[in-house]
Amino acid sequence: MCMKLTEEERMIQKTARDFARKEIAAVVEESNRNGVFQEEVYRKLSELGFMGMTMPEEYGGAGFGNLCLVLALEEISRVCPSTAIAVSVHNSLANHIIYKWGSDGLKKKYLPRMTSGETIGVYALTEPNAGSDVAAIRMSVVRDGDEYILNGSKILISTGDKAGVILVVACTDPEKRTRGLTAFAVEPDFSGFSIGKVEHKMGMKASTTVELVFEDCRVPASNVIGKESQGMQIALGSLDGGRIGIAAQSLGIAQTALDEAVLFARERRQFGKRIVDFQATRWKIADMATNLDAARLLTYRAARLRDAGGPCSKEVSMAKLFASRIANEAVYDAMQIHGGVGYTEEFKIERFFRDARVLEIYEGTSEIQRIVISKKVLEEYEQMYPA
Amino acid sequence: MKIIVLLKRVPDSETKILINQEGTGIREDGVKFIINTYDEYAIEEGLLMKEKAGGDSKVTVVCMGSDEATEVIRTALAMGADDAVHIADATLSNPGPFTTASIMAKVIGDEGFDIIFCGKQAIDDDMAQVHCILAEMLDIPQVSVATAFELSDDAAKATVSRRIEGGDEKVETSLPVIVSCDKGLNDPRYASLPGIMKAKKKEIKKKSLADLGFSEVPGGGRSRVLKWLPLPKGGECRIVEAEETPDAVRELVRLLREEAKVI
Ligand SMILES: Cc1cc2nc3c(=O)[nH]c(=O)nc-3n(C[C@H](O)[C@H](O)[C@H](O)COP(=O)(O)OP(=O)(O)OC[C@H]3O[C@@H](n4cnc5c(N)ncnc54)[C@H](O)[C@@H]3O)c2cc1C
Ligand SMILES: Cc1cc2nc3c(=O)[nH]c(=O)nc-3n(C[C@H](O)[C@H](O)[C@H](O)COP(=O)(O)OP(=O)(O)OC[C@H]3O[C@@H](n4cnc5c(N)ncnc54)[C@H](O)[C@@H]3O)c2cc1C
Repeated sequence: MCMKLTEEERMIQKTARDFARKEIAAVVEESNRNGVFQEEVYRKLSELGFMGMTMPEEYGGAGFGNLCLVLALEEISRVCPSTAIAVSVHNSLANHIIYKWGSDGLKKKYLPRMTSGETIGVYALTEPNAGSDVAAIRMSVVRDGDEYILNGSKILISTGDKAGVILVVACTDPEKRTRGLTAFAVEPDFSGFSIGKVEHKMGMKASTTVELVFEDCRVPASNVIGKESQGMQIALGSLDGGRIGIAAQSLGIAQTALDEAVLFARERRQFGKRIVDFQATRWKIADMATNLDAARLLTYRAARLRDAGGPCSKEVSMAKLFASRIANEAVYDAMQIHGGVGYTEEFKIERFFRDARVLEIYEGTSEIQRIVISKKVLEEYEQMYPA
Repeated sequence: MKIIVLLKRVPDSETKILINQEGTGIREDGVKFIINTYDEYAIEEGLLMKEKAGGDSKVTVVCMGSDEATEVIRTALAMGADDAVHIADATLSNPGPFTTASIMAKVIGDEGFDIIFCGKQAIDDDMAQVHCILAEMLDIPQVSVATAFELSDDAAKATVSRRIEGGDEKVETSLPVIVSCDKGLNDPRYASLPGIMKAKKKEIKKKSLADLGFSEVPGGGRSRVLKWLPLPKGGECRIVEAEETPDAVRELVRLLREEAKVI
């Protein structure tokens, strides 16, 4: 598979890079220190078409594929990983789910204002008792005429307080477990909806993470996404896109870790030498660079496979597992190279160190990725060498 | 209004430049290329003028360079330019400013124009000559190093500010005119994603020298590049260390006097 980028892909990369280095860099320190979601940055990103990147032109999108989204997320994450969260969730989950599963009515109602960035879409799956185990979702739903009544809460929802539309997976039939889940498009001004606890996190501070509370929240039946009981299928079918987004975010973080480590090590002198001239430093740089290239190849492959339309869950999980791991190793080593000052807020690496940790947790923990990968590998062996 | 923007593909200012062994050019392997920085201001100003003039105004990009230059042309189209002429010919390697201007003059003459915008210089060879020669060849006024450009309401004249030592110079010029653009003139826009999509369908007319009616590379310049040389290597740096600063200074003075023999 050829990994050389096309002219068009490089142009998107350039726009994202120039934008991130100028517009995002100008506000990144302040917004991460104060935990502020950068509305102005999203407005400008929207104007440039980033909130509808992968949607067809008929719905106001730019019509690009997953690899282009990866390139954009990577460049944004090099400057501000937390800004990439809403861009990733909005494109790879919210837009994608409504486009792929929504009725014509839902598509017409939401997609144009989502691709224009006027409405931010978020994705709410996690509950207090259902994280990795999606089948444990218990948010209750009762049908009442041409409405559904939702009760329960979703936790740890990225950008939940800024959303114009929330994709919620809830339980229409607890008896049927995974076959009893249904997806809904909920607007924040539907009666019975409110924002609950706002989390104080270790990193990713320019992205808000909140609890969403549904108390007899009334949702019109026309806002069911797909059909009733298709919730699990929708949730699982959209995982791949979201995971590629996190792999891309990991690449951006690992790239900045490497950049900062090398630039610092060339300047810093100890024992009469630049620390970049110690073999201990060089080996770290070699490992970081090699891992980063490997992660990039895995991620671009996953995105190209998804663009080609075939099955790619194994390759996507490999990319997410590996990229998130090596990003954490990279920020660890980069901080080590910085020595004591790297542990202070004066240096970028301190923020990236904190931001990196969640890469191995959200959009499926590393353990869950290993479950997916091993299951697929064993299935392949089962086919080749039936027991 | 017909606006022409001249574009050059140059090595990124962040990349390290190495001269090839023959001394005839640079080593291109591993070098990242970009739109000449000052040309970005020219594109933006062209687009602003088009938006202001409205009607059937048009921005045409003219670029001379290897096949790979399509990428910077496509970027200009993605920013909003309407079409482009790409002069690419295997016989053109490191053309001098006179050659470049001769070829550009032919293209621009064929296209027709009201205003030509270009960068104040290319950041690779820093010649800053093409627009001056071009102005002579086309027999039109030129205003260089523009930091503000204002078109009169009847679009017959323009007022241009030039940043010069210690202040600004305000110039009035008739149209057609060629204007070379400096930093500060405007804030170049990004190529938007829909713009990148649309750029795929815009026309890039590719022309060889023969297509333009030249039977050989036009010469005529009065100067010739003999050879390109790498920068002379800087001397070894030595750090004078001592427990106490006065001792270090004493040692430094001794070295300057006895070894470097400069004081
Ligand atoms: C910053 C942030 C943003 C988030 N944004 C969103 C969002 O926008 N929308 C949303 O729906 N959710 C979001 N989440 C939630 C996130 O997806 C979950 O935290 C994640 O899926 C893990 O679920 P959990 O926290 O319940 O952990 P648990 O599932 O309880 O896992 C705890 C530990 O047990 C391990 N484990 C669980 N099951 C197994 C198993 N079968 N085998 C081996 N090990 C296992 C896990 O790997 C993990 O190490 C966000 C979380 C964070 C931190
Ligand atoms: C929270 C905090 C509290 C602190 N409190 C105190 C305090 O109370 N008192 C005090 O005096 N100091 C204190 N320090 C400073 C701390 O002791 C130093 O940061 C530490 O000794 C490392 O030195 P450095 O930061 O200058 O890193 P450097 O020495 O510059 O090291 C940078 C990197 O180069 C590597 N390196 C350096 N030399 C070599 C070599 N020869 N071979 C291989 N690798 C090498 C290092 O291992 C490191 O990875 C504190 C630091 C922190 C972060």
